[in-house]
Amino acid sequence: MMQSFVEQIHAATSERPLRLRGGGGKDFYGNHVNTGHGEILDTREYSGIVAYEPTELVITARCGTPLTEIEAALAGQDQMLAFEPPHFSAAATIGGCVASGLSGPRRAAVGAVRDFVLGVKMLDGAGTSLTFGGQVMKNVAGYDVARLMTGSLGTLGLLLEVSLKVLPLPVAEATLRLEAPQDKALELMNRWAGQPLPVSATCWQDDLLTLRLSGARSAVVAAQQRIGGELVNDANFWRDLREQKSDFFTNDLSHLSHLSLWRLSLPSVAPPLNLPGAQLIEWGGSLRWLRSGADAAGIRTAAAQAGGHATLFRGSAEQKSAAGVFQPLPAALLTLHRKLKQSFDPKGIFNPGRMYREM
Amino acid sequence: MNQQRQHNANRDQDFGDVDRAGVLVALSRILPTAALLSTAEDLKPYECDGLSAYRELPLAVVLPEDEAQVVAVLKACHARGVPVVARGAGTGLSGGALPHKHGVVLSLAKLKKILHLDPVARVAVVQPGVRNLAISEAAAPCGLYYAPDPSSQIACSIGGNIAENSGGVHCLKYGLTVHNVLRVRAVTIEGEVIEFGNHALDAPGLDMLALLIGSEGMLAVVTEVTVKLTPKPLLAQVIMASFDDVEKAGDAVAAIIAAGIIPAGLEMMDKAATAAVEPYVKAGYDLNAEAILLCESDGTPEEVSEEIAAMRSVLEHSGATDIRVSLSEAERLRYWSGRKAAFPAMGRISPDYYCMDGTIPRKRVAEMLKAIAAMEKKYGLRCANVFHAGDGNLHPLILYDANVPDELARTEAFGAEILALSVALGGAITGEHGVGVEKIGAMCVQFDSAALSVFHAIKHSFDAQGLLNPGKAVPTLHRCAEFGRMHVHGGGLKFPELERF
Ligand SMILES: Cc1cc2nc3c(=O)[nH]c(=O)nc-3n(C[C@H](O)[C@H](O)[C@H](O)COP(=O)(O)OP(=O)(O)OC[C@H]3O[C@@H](n4cnc5c(N)ncnc54)[C@H](O)[C@@H]3O)c2cc1C
Repeated sequence: MMQSFVEQIHAATSERPLRLRGGGGKDFYGNHVNTGHGEILDTREYSGIVAYEPTELVITARCGTPLTEIEAALAGQDQMLAFEPPHFSAAATIGGCVASGLSGPRRAAVGAVRDFVLGVKMLDGAGTSLTFGGQVMKNVAGYDVARLMTGSLGTLGLLLEVSLKVLPLPVAEATLRLEAPQDKALELMNRWAGQPLPVSATCWQDDLLTLRLSGARSAVVAAQQRIGGELVNDANFWRDLREQKSDFFTNDLSHLSHLSLWRLSLPSVAPPLNLPGAQLIEWGGSLRWLRSGADAAGIRTAAAQAGGHATLFRGSAEQKSAAGVFQPLPAALLTLHRKLKQSFDPKGIFNPGRMYREM
Repeated sequence: MNQQRQHNANRDQDFGDVDRAGVLVALSRILPTAALLSTAEDLKPYECDGLSAYRELPLAVVLPEDEAQVVAVLKACHARGVPVVARGAGTGLSGGALPHKHGVVLSLAKLKKILHLDPVARVAVVQPGVRNLAISEAAAPCGLYYAPDPSSQIACSIGGNIAENSGGVHCLKYGLTVHNVLRVRAVTIEGEVIEFGNHALDAPGLDMLALLIGSEGMLAVVTEVTVKLTPKPLLAQVIMASFDDVEKAGDAVAAIIAAGIIPAGLEMMDKAATAAVEPYVKAGYDLNAEAILLCESDGTPEEVSEEIAAMRSVLEHSGATDIRVSLSEAERLRYWSGRKAAFPAMGRISPDYYCMDGTIPRKRVAEMLKAIAAMEKKYGLRCANVFHAGDGNLHPLILYDANVPDELARTEAFGAEILALSVALGGAITGEHGVGVEKIGAMCVQFDSAALSVFHAIKHSFDAQGLLNPGKAVPTLHRCAEFGRMHVHGGGLKFPELERF
């Protein structure tokens, strides 16, 4: 299998580049990859858990391994991928999960994908097999290429194998809901985060603030009493939020023209954004979803002024190509991106343009 | 403009042609006299970092006061092809801040302001020379602290922490530097100021913040850092458990993790280590035990009592011969004081000590300790072991006397064997102290030439002339070929493609 990847890489050229793909459920994410006459490199046959030792808190799996398979193996040992990755498709693979770098509701509490990546095996643009990081918790030998690969959207190389740190499932969890207008909700979420409370996820929408507590039973009970609100018995709430299946994401708003889904990543204390459209807030205030028809430039400026950036998470092909999916980089940083791209993938064959046109 | 310099993967550059007088004149235009040191006497305090076995006098030391001066110094050195070694507090243990004979040491010691502390956003914006502990002290009135706590935290700088991706005894639960830094502002060798990361939870583009953290001053000079602050737990308690066998102690570590517990700290010390430390700090360690474990729980009082009970039960089942739980904050700190003072304590029982930093999978701990015991005989040297057991990060402390001919050489061979075994057991040559000059040979054991070439390409992307900290962190392929000539691995030559001398 690996041999056929190498052959595909050798055969690829800048005119016939490759589009790397796992389950395909995140095809929507990123800029259009202009593969011209090139092909798709499908990772799914390179699949399987290579090693999983619960007492080492590490799982190693091939890139094409279904996320569901990994989560089931971990659940069998009362462990989890703590960053709670979105699947966006039943076919989602671990390679796609790491390459997209997307994390779910627990992100603000425990960290993102990149915080749990311990090591990778990969193929670079010459088809050379490379290993970075490893299976141990701490490793500062060499530059942290494993983390650089995380979230690189397949622009630097093909991930073959990833090793991830895993964590025990929390003993107890409870979901609470309180009424709060946006400014009050932001204040509450920031206040809680500054206290030793076991808040593991937050979500604000339409003046309702939902939060999840996770941890030792006694700690969850104590926090519940302290925070108040009503107990919510909706087992699927956080999963639906993570998968963008909740009403906010699925409501038919087609009567509003040019409606796109924007992902604004901001400092948690940024005040409510004054932008047209509907908003949903996660990650203690750091992640703000916006369904809006407002123009890209205005949204990007608002995000930058608030100290963050805006991603055109879901939008039409025309809008993506006009505005670019990701916030433009300052010139010096873009130069570094181009140089890194050039050294990993000198032929320019991996997902050209998916992150930025220039790489 | 110097045209000859070119960083390349194959060979170290020489730099013997640096125009010393010209550099000094250029630097004297940038800095006040007191901030430019160039006499042998003034340079002496900078000749080494915490790894004193390696010493070198630089061409000059500069002590800029602000970022603009850092930029000017870097531009001046870049224009003249002069190596630059950034330096924080000089507590590094791998020779990362060892001066370059033909280069300038760029000390960040004067940039030590805490610029901004926001208790609501839980961030602090600090200059690179700020001491690790000073951040936690400034945040304490707000009930917050900076989680990574290297044992050197009273002295080491946040800039040095970024460069080494430093850890501490609490990083099993709270993470390393890379997990606790949101943003770094840094200057490239060309004098360009770039921001990596921001005050949100992610930034657009590639994760270059992660690339910079742990890059040992090879890619850019850090001039400002935003760290994440963590709420102080309401309570912390530590268990001290004794074992009559190191293997049982090692198994107890795995058993705690298997029970679904992530302790706030999980450290092990062997008998040689406790014996060295106890007379010095009077921590109350069990000197009859072959190994002791320090196992901490923190959180709300309810959480802590639940977790302490669970840990106690696991430790009992794992055969602990004695278990004591700290009943006051003073007692807790006393139990930790011995662990935190382990390195200096060695200085009292031995003229010199050499601290290793390999990591291995937790389950191989007992195996490693047995192998180290055998190496003590082989090399005729004593070794005390302290380690971050929860993360499998070992600090064997090899005791030696530099005045005895060949003891340093035997010590280095001992250390190299530990590192090679760490790699063979599925681990790494360094968990938190970095490669520096010290482990440059061991890098050839952990990485093949393809991976090393990628590191060199990354270096080239940031610093095409190879002026930042040359000769450190990543060995050239030529160096590995020479190293391979001395140490042939598994019967086969590594780097067969390179010519040999
Ligand atoms: C007694 C003792 C205990 C220790 N305990 C621990 C421990 O528990 N955990 C741990 O991880 N380490 C430990 N260390 C090692 C050391 O303290 C850390 O590596 C620390 O981060 C070094 O910081 P420093 O400011 O002293 O850096 P320095 O030693 O001055 O420099 C270290 C490296 O960082 C680079 N550098 C420094 N500042 C900058 C900057 N602004 N920009 C770019 N590069 C820069 C230097 O070039 C060098 O490569 C210990 C050391 C001692 C002496």
